[in-house]
Amino acid sequence: MRLHYPSNVKIVKVPCTGRVDILLILKAFESGVDGVYLAGCLEGECHFLKGNLRAKKRVQYVKTLLDEVGLGAGRVEMYNMSSAQGQRFAEVAREMTEKIRALGPSPVKKRK
Amino acid sequence: MIVANRKTLEEILSMLKPYQKILLLGCNECVTVCATGGEREVGVLASEIRLSRAKDGEPVEIKEFTLERQCDHEYIDQIRSFAGDYEVILSMACGAGIQYVAERYRNKVVLPAVNTTFLGVTLEQGVWAERCQGCGECVLHLTGGVCPIARCAKSLLNGPCGGSSNGKCEVDKELDCGWQLIIDRLKELGQLDKYEEIIPIKDWTPARDGGPRKRVREDLKL
Repeated sequence: MRLHYPSNVKIVKVPCTGRVDILLILKAFESGVDGVYLAGCLEGECHFLKGNLRAKKRVQYVKTLLDEVGLGAGRVEMYNMSSAQGQRFAEVAREMTEKIRALGPSPVKKRK
Repeated sequence: MIVANRKTLEEILSMLKPYQKILLLGCNECVTVCATGGEREVGVLASEIRLSRAKDGEPVEIKEFTLERQCDHEYIDQIRSFAGDYEVILSMACGAGIQYVAERYRNKVVLPAVNTTFLGVTLEQGVWAERCQGCGECVLHLTGGVCPIARCAKSLLNGPCGGSSNGKCEVDKELDCGWQLIIDRLKELGQLDKYEEIIPIKDWTPARDGGPRKRVREDLKL
């Protein structure tokens, strides 16, 4: 397909989005990233049945934590796409990049 | 188990304002089971504090440490070698644990990161409910194993009251009437005759009304 997506998106591979713990997301923000999004399988299509649904709930929870901290809930999102949807993957990468760019750099990074 | 809720980050941050070196202390017992103050929650709170301080450009150093229990001095003493390196101890244990840490480190400011709420059970993953108020004189043998003190909003010993409607309590339409639960259970057990017996006025001295309580077993003392 040779699709292009913004080079600022760095991929962390996990066996399932169900593996993504709240702390993994928070650590990413501690390291200075501007935003985090999870690319999980389509809802109802999880090989482990509920991994992506659990991830969705955790993302919601992290949003409340980021609001409390003052970084803003918008810096973390959950997306769903199948492994055959390369086009959608590139589209989401662009969408999230634009969204985060509008929010500006993470205030955590700014102070470093 | 003892169930607690974490305080808001805002409240915790305001308590921590004067301090830079923080010892964040979790507990592996009840607060781990109710997902409030175990090792994972210590990690999340530490991360939140670091992020918040970094955002404001204020320095902070946090040591995360989770004790087996904070209600036994043998475990609390495990932090003795490094507790002195920190300005403040922020404890995520229940009120008992927080106080015992404060008792053992008298020159250290010990702050609570949680609000201790009730003695309860796990209804399902992520849901906990109150079952006991530690009144000091159990009446569960009279009430079909359902506690009128903890489950009835008025702690009535002879209920239900007029606020019971369709099995729910007037305090909250989602809340089961404790006395309806008792009657249903006694019916199931074929012990409805117990419901006919009037439970006499309760002696509240074994409860909190007699002041802080203490239990001693002489045979176990060293």
